Amino acid sequence: MRVAVLLKAVPDLVEELVLDEESGSLQYDEMSYVPSEWDDQALEEALILKEESGAQVTAIAVSTGDVDTMLFTALAKGADHVVKITGDFDASMSNWQQARVLSDYVREQDFDMVLSGVQAIDDVDGQIPGLVAGFLNWPHASVVTEVRMGGDSKVLLRQEYSGGLVAEIEVESPVVIGVQAARKPPRYASVAKVRQVAKSVAIEEVSAGAPAGPAFADIQFVRPVAAGRAEMIEGDVDAVADRIVQILADHNLLRRA
Amino acid sequence: MQKAKAIELEIAVVDGVELNGTWNRMFEPRVISEYDLSVLEEITNIPGAESLGYCYQCGKCTAVCPVDSVGDYSPRKIFRRTQLGISLLDSPDLWLCTTCRNCLRVCPKEVNMIDIMPAVREQAVLEGKAPAELLTAFENTARYGNPIGESARKRADWTKTAGVPVPVMSQKKAPVDVLWFVECYPAYHPRGKEASAALARIFAALGVDFGILGTEEKCAGDSQRMAGERGLFEMLAEHNIKMLSKYRFNEIVVTDPHAYNAFLHEYPKLGGEWPVRHYTQFLAEKLAGVNFVKGIKKRITFHDPCYLGRHNGEYEAPRSLLRALPDVELVEMGHCKQTSYCCGGGGGGMWLDGFTRDYASERLSERRVKEAVEYGAEILAVSCPYEVPRFEDAVKSTGHDGQIQVMDIAELMAYCMGLNEGLAIS
Amino acid sequence: MGPILIVTESTASGITDSTKECVGKAKELAKVLGTSTVALGFGPGAVDRLRRLDVNKVIAAEDGEFAVYNPAVCENALVQVVAETAPFLTMIPNTTMGLDLGAGLAGRNNIPLIAYCSDLQEQDGKITAVSQVFAGKLLARVPVPGDGAIVTVLPGSWPTGEETGDPVVETISGDYSSRMRVIRVIEPEKGDVDITKADILVSVGRGIESPDNLPLADELAEAMGGVVSCSRPVVDAGWLPKARQVGKSGQTVKPKLYLACGISGAPEHLQGMRDADLIIAVNTDEEASIMEAAHFGTTVDMLDLMPALAERLRGG
Ligand SMILES: Cc1cc2nc3c(=O)[nH]c(=O)nc-3n(C[C@H](O)[C@H](O)[C@H](O)COP(=O)(O)OP(=O)(O)OC[C@H]3O[C@@H](n4cnc5c(N)ncnc54)[C@H](O)[C@@H]3O)c2cc1C
Ligand code: SF4
Ligand code: SF4
Repeated sequence: MRVAVLLKAVPDLVEELVLDEESGSLQYDEMSYVPSEWDDQALEEALILKEESGAQVTAIAVSTGDVDTMLFTALAKGADHVVKITGDFDASMSNWQQARVLSDYVREQDFDMVLSGVQAIDDVDGQIPGLVAGFLNWPHASVVTEVRMGGDSKVLLRQEYSGGLVAEIEVESPVVIGVQAARKPPRYASVAKVRQVAKSVAIEEVSAGAPAGPAFADIQFVRPVAAGRAEMIEGDVDAVADRIVQILADHNLLRRA
Repeated sequence: MQKAKAIELEIAVVDGVELNGTWNRMFEPRVISEYDLSVLEEITNIPGAESLGYCYQCGKCTAVCPVDSVGDYSPRKIFRRTQLGISLLDSPDLWLCTTCRNCLRVCPKEVNMIDIMPAVREQAVLEGKAPAELLTAFENTARYGNPIGESARKRADWTKTAGVPVPVMSQKKAPVDVLWFVECYPAYHPRGKEASAALARIFAALGVDFGILGTEEKCAGDSQRMAGERGLFEMLAEHNIKMLSKYRFNEIVVTDPHAYNAFLHEYPKLGGEWPVRHYTQFLAEKLAGVNFVKGIKKRITFHDPCYLGRHNGEYEAPRSLLRALPDVELVEMGHCKQTSYCCGGGGGGMWLDGFTRDYASERLSERRVKEAVEYGAEILAVSCPYEVPRFEDAVKSTGHDGQIQVMDIAELMAYCMGLNEGLAIS
Repeated sequence: MGPILIVTESTASGITDSTKECVGKAKELAKVLGTSTVALGFGPGAVDRLRRLDVNKVIAAEDGEFAVYNPAVCENALVQVVAETAPFLTMIPNTTMGLDLGAGLAGRNNIPLIAYCSDLQEQDGKITAVSQVFAGKLLARVPVPGDGAIVTVLPGSWPTGEETGDPVVETISGDYSSRMRVIRVIEPEKGDVDITKADILVSVGRGIESPDNLPLADELAEAMGGVVSCSRPVVDAGWLPKARQVGKSGQTVKPKLYLACGISGAPEHLQGMRDADLIIAVNTDEEASIMEAAHFGTTVDMLDLMPALAERLRGG
C-alpha cells in the first residue's frame, strides 16, 4: 500500500498577518509560515498506518516557500520518502493551483491512498484533499478520524458528523481522505533527529509547469472589527443577562437551546 | 506507581558455595534475593546515566530531595525501582526531578541526577515517551525561540514599557560594555516584563552602557537541555552564539540563572565563551554608586534559585542587594543557601505542571510559600524569572493572598531608587 | 443566468438550520438577480421533507443507495445535477457534507469554489462572497465570477428561511454507485466530555467559591447547549476533573463562545483560550486581565448572573 500525504505551509497566526489595508492584499513575503496543523494530523495517521500494516509513506509538498524543514521533519517522524514539487511558485499560490499540481503528480505515481488535512486556515478557494480528489476523479471523504487497512485493497474509515455521529466507511482504493484528527496526537520529532535527517537524506525534487491561473483574480482581505479591550456591559444582573442573550442572538449562538 | 519485587531464590550459589536459608537463620529463614539487572544496565549504559549504578542505598538523598517531601521520590528510590526492573524510560519518575542538585550535595557516591536526567530523558523523547505538555514547550521553542509560544517578532516589545531607552544591538551599531541577555519569561510574561523594565531603569540610572539582542535573541535553552532536548539546546546555542558574535561587548549580563548556567558551562563547549554574570552579581558590585531614596519597611526573605545557588555557588550577591535596601529586615528561611528548597520550575518542571500534579501532594512552589509565611516574611524576593509567576500562583492557591507579595530583586531595588513608582508594596 | 442550487442536509430531526439559512438567502438573491431557486435533497423521504421549502423547484434523490449519507454517491448525483441545471450558485452548508461535496464538485466540474462563506452581498447585479479565513482573523471578499461558483456556507450566517413554499418536485434516479460503501452509522459511547470539541464553554474559576455552586454552572451550560470547563484552581480543589482544565498545563480550546466566570485571566490560562471566537468575561474586578482578552465584560456577581442567564435561555 502506497500512501501519499500532502503537506502545506500556512501563515503563522502567532505572528501578525501582514495586510496592505488599502489594496486588501496580503503581503506574503512578510509573513512567517508553519505547517498546517491538520496536515500534521494526516501525517500522523499515515504513520500509524505504516506501523500497523507496513504502508509506504511519501510526504509531498509544493514548493511555495521554504518547505524543506517540514519535509525533513516528516522524514524524522518516519515517512519513507519526501517529494518537493518545484516550479515558478510562491506563497501566494492558491489552493486550486496547488491541488492541480499535486493531482498531476499523484496521477503519474502509483498511490493507493492520499491523505491530507481536512482543511487549513487559508483555504479560501477550497480544501486541498477535496480538490485533488475532484481533479483525479477519485472517491473522497472528509472529516476522517481513523484510517485502517481492510482486506483486498480496501480501506476502512471513520467519518465524523456534527452531533458526534460517526460513519464507518469501506472504500476500495485509490481514495483521497481529508483527515480531521489522527488516532493519537502527532508525534514529536526531536531537533537532533531532524537535523541528522537533513544532513543524510535528500528530498526528491520534481519540477512542474505553472498551473492555470487562480480561480479568483481579485480577492480582497479585510480585518474584522478589532476586539481590543472588552466592551463593558453596564447595569444590574437582569440588564446584563438580557444583553448577553442579545449578544448570543447576534452571534447565532442561541438556537441550540 | 508500579510496585515491583525482587526475585526470591530458594538456594543461591555464591563462589561455588551453596547458600540456603538455614545457615544464616536467626528466627526464620532469611529470603535470598536475586535481581535481573538487565533493566538497570539498559539505563546505566546510556552515556551520562552511568552513575545511577553507583547508588548503595544509603538514603541520604531521600532526606533532602524536595520532590520526596511532596511525594514518593528520590535517587535512592529511582535506583531501587530500576534495580527491580521498572524501566526509568517508562516511569513517571523520569519527569519529576527538577534537577535542583540537592541530592548531589549529600550523596557519598556522587550519583549525579544532573547528568542522569537529561541523558535518560533524551532517550525517552526519542522513543516518543515524553509528556505532551513538555513537547508543546519544545515545539514552541523550536518554532518561536521561546517556550511560551509567543511571537518571535515581539521579543523586544517589552522595552516600550521600560520608560528608558533600551538599545537593541542591531540598531545601535556600536560596541557596548554590557550585553544584556534578557531571556524568555522576562521578555514575554507580564510579571517578567515588569521586572525587566525595572532592571532597564536601574541600568539607565547607573549609566550602564548596555544593549540587548532584541529579536535576534532566542531562548538560551538550558532547561530544554535538562528536560531531554539536547538537539534543540544546541540549535538555540548555535543561533545565540552566532548573533552574539556579530557584536562587540565586554561581558554578558543575564536575567536568568538558567541562562547563566548555560553561558558558564555549556556555551563555551560550543564555541561561545564570554565573561558572564547574573544581574545580581553585576549590581552587587555597583552598590556603592547606588542612590537609594526610599525604604521598604518590610520583612523580606530570599529564595535561592537552584541554578544560581547550588549549581553555581552564588549566595551572597542577591543578599547583599537586599541588605542594602533601606529599612528592609532580611530573614532567612530554614531552607536557604546550600539547603534551599526548589520552586519546582527547573529541569523542565515549568512545563510539566499538569503532569506532576498526579504524583505530588502539593506543588514545590506552594511548600516554599508556606515556609516563607512561616518565617513571617511579608515579601518573598526572587531573582529567577520562573519564580514570580510560580510563587504568585502559589500564594493564591495556598490562600495567602494579601499576606505575602512576590517580587523580583530588580523591582525592589528600582523601587528604593525611586524608579518604580508603579510598584504597589502593600 | 442559471438558478441558485441549494444542497440540503437533514438529520433525524429534519432539515438543518444551516440549510434553511441558505434557502432564505438564495430566495433573496434570486429575486434581485432574476433567477430561480432549486433545492437538492438526498435520501428516502426527501420529497416529503423538502416539499414545503420556499424554493421554485425540488430535486430529490430517494433511491436505495441514498438510504444513508454516502459522500461519494451524493457527489456523483450532485455532479450530474450541476452539469444538467448549470446553476449560477451552488450553496452547500459547510458541515461534513459541505467539506465532502464542495471541493469534490469543484474539482470534477471545474467550477471555482469559495469556502467558509459567511455572507453573500449583491451590488449592481454582482455578487461578492465574504469568506472567514485565518481562524476568523481576516475576512476575504471574493467577487463571484460571471459564470458562477460553488459556495460552502458557515452555519449561522443568516436567519433561517420560512417553510411556506410550494415547489415543483422532481425525483432523479440513475447509477450513482461508487467504490465507497457506508457500513454503519453509530453514536460512539460517551467518555468524559471533551472540552476541545465543544462550541460553547461555560468556564468557571476560583470565583465559583465552592463546589456547591457548580450546579449553577452545569445548569447554565445545559441551557446554552454547552459544556463546563474551568481554570486550574478548580481542578486543584478536586471540584472538576483534570480533563476540564483550560490553559497551558491543561487543554487548548477554540470554542465559538467562551464564557469566563470568576477567572482572573492569568497568562497560563489565556494561553489555552485566547483564540475563542467570542469571549465574555464575568468578573467582579473590572481590572482583571481577562478583560484584556475578552470581547465583552461585566462586573456583576457570577453567582447571580448564572441562574439569571440560565432562566432566560431556558424560557427563550
Ligand atoms: C507552570 C504553571 C502552569 C499553570 N497552568 C495553568 C493552566 O493550565 N490553567 C489555568 O487556569 N491556570 C494555570 N496556572 C495557574 C494560573 O497562574 C492562575 O493561578 C490561575 O489560572 C488562576 O485561576 P482563577 O482565575 O480561577 O483564580 P484567581 O486568579 O483567583 O481569579 C478569581 C477571579 O474571580 C473573580 N471573582 C471572585 N468572585 C467572583 C464572583 N462572585 N463573581 C465574579 N467574579 C468573581 C475575582 O475578581 C478574580 O479575578 C498555571 C500556573 C503555573 C505557574
Ligand atoms: S545519597 Fe547517593 S548513594 Fe545514597 S541513596 Fe541517594 S543516590 Fe544512593
Ligand atoms: S536533583 Fe533535586 S529533585 Fe532531582 S532527585 Fe536530586 S534532590 Fe530530587
